[in-house]
Amino acid sequence: MAKLTIPAEEWMFSGHAACPGCGPALAMRLLLKGLGPRTIVSVPACCWTVIGTPFPTTALRVGVLDNAIEATGASISGLRAAADALGLADVTVVGFAGDGGTADIGLQALSGMLERRTDAIYAMYDNEAYMNTGVQRSGATPWGAWTTTTPVGPAARGKPEPKKDVMGIVLAHRPVYAATLSPSFPEDFDRKVELAKGLRGPRFLHIFAPCPPGWRFDSAETIALGRLATETGVFPLYEVLDGRLRITRKVSTLRPVSDYLAKQGRFQHLTPEEIARIEAQVRTDWERLLAREREDGPAPA
Amino acid sequence: MARKVLSGNSAQAYAARLARVQVVSAYPITPQTSIVEKIADFVASGELPAQYVKVESEHSALQVCLSASALGARTYTATSSQGLLLMHELLHWASGMRAPIVMGVVNRAVAPPWNIGADHTDTISQRDTGWLQFYAESNQEVLDTVLEAFRLAEDPAVRLPVMVAEDAFYLSHTVEPVDVPDPAQVDRFLPPREPHAVLVPGETARLGSFTGPDRYVDFRRQLARAVREVPRTLAEVEADYARVVGRDLGGPLPTYRADDADAVLLTMGTATTTARGVVDDLRAAGRKVGLAQLRLFRPFPDDTIRQLGVSVDRLGVVDRAYTFGPSGPVATEVGAALYGVSRRPLLTSFLAGIGGRDVTPHEVRRMFDTLLSDEPPSTHWEDLEEEAAVRG
Ligand SMILES: Cc1ncc(C[n+]2csc(CCOP(=O)(O)OP(=O)(O)O)c2C)c(N)n1
Repeated sequence: MAKLTIPAEEWMFSGHAACPGCGPALAMRLLLKGLGPRTIVSVPACCWTVIGTPFPTTALRVGVLDNAIEATGASISGLRAAADALGLADVTVVGFAGDGGTADIGLQALSGMLERRTDAIYAMYDNEAYMNTGVQRSGATPWGAWTTTTPVGPAARGKPEPKKDVMGIVLAHRPVYAATLSPSFPEDFDRKVELAKGLRGPRFLHIFAPCPPGWRFDSAETIALGRLATETGVFPLYEVLDGRLRITRKVSTLRPVSDYLAKQGRFQHLTPEEIARIEAQVRTDWERLLAREREDGPAPA
Repeated sequence: MARKVLSGNSAQAYAARLARVQVVSAYPITPQTSIVEKIADFVASGELPAQYVKVESEHSALQVCLSASALGARTYTATSSQGLLLMHELLHWASGMRAPIVMGVVNRAVAPPWNIGADHTDTISQRDTGWLQFYAESNQEVLDTVLEAFRLAEDPAVRLPVMVAEDAFYLSHTVEPVDVPDPAQVDRFLPPREPHAVLVPGETARLGSFTGPDRYVDFRRQLARAVREVPRTLAEVEADYARVVGRDLGGPLPTYRADDADAVLLTMGTATTTARGVVDDLRAAGRKVGLAQLRLFRPFPDDTIRQLGVSVDRLGVVDRAYTFGPSGPVATEVGAALYGVSRRPLLTSFLAGIGGRDVTPHEVRRMFDTLLSDEPPSTHWEDLEEEAAVRG
């Protein structure tokens, strides 16, 4: 019988304010399972501002600090500095921000935090748009996706620009650890969180976080959609430790990307040619990832 | 107590060290830079065992202080001009979170055009952010005020962030003898911060949060209460400082030869020193003039202004800033404070020293001449009038 590796204890209350099937809610729940109670979470303006429930209630059993949308990187640097100054060395400091608050308006603060080697975890939950404000495009919105600011019409085909490579930007800062995680693969998720927790220095987690209302899919399908994202190569699971990349979820044959796109309203307008273009890009990126893994080789024993 | 020859910027750094700040974060900008360099030296030499977070912007500097403060640390930062403007959103966060951050601000003109001279537009335009604002006349006052600022910021009745402003170059880069209190004296005056409503690892809490209209107003009302407590708490803090360190800074609006004066000039920052000399000269010539130094601009000391107002017929306000209001920004506030008073002085607004121009004795003398003339109250671009007068 398989042993359950995920900690049973919950640090998120059931009484939160997320939509049904919310990927970001699952992301927080799993993250805190791995990090445990001596965690302080800094949260910028994003869906989690609301999911965390209004004053005087809170949806998390750990300490939560709200911060301005663009300031999460600096906020965790400040929390770390105070924890060290006050002799709270065992505290895990984590920033938990959306893709917009990370890849766009908060990119400077993130870069600063990585560069000054802040001993903290920055977790970006990626629902691929500004969801809290009602599904506007972000730098992390994929090519072709419908959002309210990249509508589809006779003169427009969804987002005309490709998704920003946040992991690439982060890796250029040489963090001690960076990984992609998905709540659809909870054992892999938890292993990465616990590994990150045990390391010192800047760590970055890129968490796939499907959004049923924003992506226009059935809220019962969040986990299945996350699996498809990884199995099609749209969101590969890997980690980079000490500069060495390792794919943690091997996929021998990628499924066609249309299996993933077809489930979501935001891609319904795409033509077979447009889908083929996405497919080609996904495969190129996947091959690059395999090549990088080969090049880096196995970790020294 | 040791007498040292210090610039205003060094006085800021010495005060931060004496306050035993635990987390410092800053980003360089002229003319603030020597504050953060001096603190870096103190940290490097081990004289200040603080966490010094060198950030990529002033915005992040303030967020570092804010988050560190949320865990209970005593924090300090310093900036000028554009740096302060960049912090604007987080200034509101700091007061709203009741974070007792102390910030040194070296008052510098705001671009464009680029100008690094003394000008209060940077701090004045942050008047509505909930920060207390002090303006210093001397380097001694800089050091003393920073120490008082920590006590005031952390006082349970207040719990608000404080700016201590000093004029670019006139103070920041000019050295004066400064009496530096002994660490033991400061420790008696300023005990370690007693954290209140901070995050405690392992405990369930949320700081910041969100609310609807039903509760938001309660938070604003509590802020208003805290602000109203400032004058009383400041008096206590200053009495304590005088007792322990031996210097009394004289409250929000110290006056000079103002009691029987026909005309009083109100100044902020270094223009005060020049004006004091002119008052002495004019008094010697038999003219009854006086001076009031506005040390505390936020919260605005309305009551004290009213007390001054009932005793004087003609009041001039010197503003080292132009902020698009009906008169100079401080003059506008003074006018608002006096409006409800039946016996109030004629109020004249002087814009002087803009963008680092010298406020000269000659200029101040002309301001008193204007005040004592029959000219109706108005707003004077004094720098330009001086230029015209000097050209002839
Ligand atoms: C300075 C500033 N600009 C804009 C906003 C409005 N705002 C709040 S949440 C949000 C979207 C955040 O998107 P993301 O980080 O992707 O998180 P999500 O909402 O998707 O959870 C925006 C733009 C803000 N709070 N602050």
